Amino acid sequence: MEWGPLILTLKLAAVTTVILFFLAIPLAYWLSRTTSRIKPVIEALVSMPLVLPPTVLGFYMLLAFSPNNSFGSWLDEWLGIRLVFSFAGLVLASVLYSLPFMVHPVQSGLSSLPRSLSEAAYVLGKSRRTTLRKVLLPNIRPSLLTGIVLTFAHTIGEFGVVLMIGGNISGKTKVASIAIYDEVETLNYGAANMYSLILLGLSFVTLLIVYLVNGRYLKRFSR
Amino acid sequence: MIVLNLHKTLQSAQGTMSLQLEMTVQKGQFVTLFGESGAGKTSTLRMLSGLMDPDKGYITVNGTTWFDKDRKINLRPRQRHIGYVFQDYALFPNMTVRQNLEFALDKNQPRTIVDDLIGTVELRELQHRKPDTLSGGQKQRVALARALVRQPEILLLDEPLSALDSAMRQKLQQYILEVHRKYELTTILISHDVGEILKLSDRVYEIQHGRILRQGSPETLFGLGQSSAKFRFTGEVTGIRKAGVVYIVTIRIGNDLVKVIADPSEAEFLQTGDKVAVASKAFNPVIRKI
Repeated sequence: MEWGPLILTLKLAAVTTVILFFLAIPLAYWLSRTTSRIKPVIEALVSMPLVLPPTVLGFYMLLAFSPNNSFGSWLDEWLGIRLVFSFAGLVLASVLYSLPFMVHPVQSGLSSLPRSLSEAAYVLGKSRRTTLRKVLLPNIRPSLLTGIVLTFAHTIGEFGVVLMIGGNISGKTKVASIAIYDEVETLNYGAANMYSLILLGLSFVTLLIVYLVNGRYLKRFSR
Repeated sequence: MIVLNLHKTLQSAQGTMSLQLEMTVQKGQFVTLFGESGAGKTSTLRMLSGLMDPDKGYITVNGTTWFDKDRKINLRPRQRHIGYVFQDYALFPNMTVRQNLEFALDKNQPRTIVDDLIGTVELRELQHRKPDTLSGGQKQRVALARALVRQPEILLLDEPLSALDSAMRQKLQQYILEVHRKYELTTILISHDVGEILKLSDRVYEIQHGRILRQGSPETLFGLGQSSAKFRFTGEVTGIRKAGVVYIVTIRIGNDLVKVIADPSEAEFLQTGDKVAVASKAFNPVIRKI
């Protein structure tokens, strides 16, 4: 067993989580406030990765970003970005694939806050941005934590989408879940078992942290 | 001076309702909006504060236009500079009492006002507590103080005392009157409590289905105007008991329970919980110095 795939997995999960945190907050805020007619469309798009086979997402990303077609070659030539079989591609795929896991908790957290909290801040002379940062987000800490941990854990568990767009390049795109598959293919069950055990423990511990911390929050608020 | 001319179609429990109000409030006045729930009282405050846009009309305050549909003027809530006390208090749970007040400070505004207000509403001992640990009356005082941090000229109170018991009500009415005078505010209150309105306000607007039904001083509006040789109190019936050929009606006036004899024809129309006026000719009062 090598440590490379595990470290790559953690790095991918960390980068994805950070990007999604900053991407999902404005999106969730907009979704929790808007009365726009396109809201259901956006919500459906955000939730798609929940029901779509990851291979479908990976397949279309592979097609879109392949240097053999126009968009992929444009990216490659003009911006020097190659998203196929690269770490950047893995990050982009993971961000799309884990989007609902960050957006949903934050959106439901924001929707659950009484409307009067933000209205009170507005009449006290505060902008929307200040209100979001100082009033709304601090009051949905359990939802933010849930979003962060679920995104992190879900990214660790990715397989199909990563395999499609990243392939299996050692040290570059070979994450732990793919390493397991790889080891099993070569009948190397011992190494597969090691990777699996570590992922199992990691997933359990992260989820345990969420429930422990959120349980403490609930106790404090229900007093 | 506040001049309101508001038109708005509202969705209420009974279907759509069209609100049409014209109102002029003099500077320094204490005005109460009175009427059934769903009559459009809260919507009026929300339109004045900019939290809801009228369909038509205008709002001018001390000569400045805050809203004018025809001229496409619509100041944001934060530009309007008003104090608003919400029905559910809307205190920020993540901040202590003191931080709730400090959050309201404008940039470069001296912090002395915060201490001043905490003193006025007697919250010094509670200033480092979180709102969740406070009682209803304490939360209400925080909400009142927070609304005054930016030193607004207009204070809007949306049924601020409805959730409190009567002793707490009395005390908070005192605070409200005190800040109204101390900070020379123009105050608009929503209230259902006749006693409270009589105690606090200079002028009452009775609103029904989005229109002003009646307006005037509280004394004339509630029929207590004419100075006469009469004592007159408003109270609430807490019990009716038959005693021989008459009925004994127990009425709560302020914090006192008073027993009044009523004949069957009167008692027929009374039931527990009714708001009533109790009057008596003052031909033989006892005056005693206390």
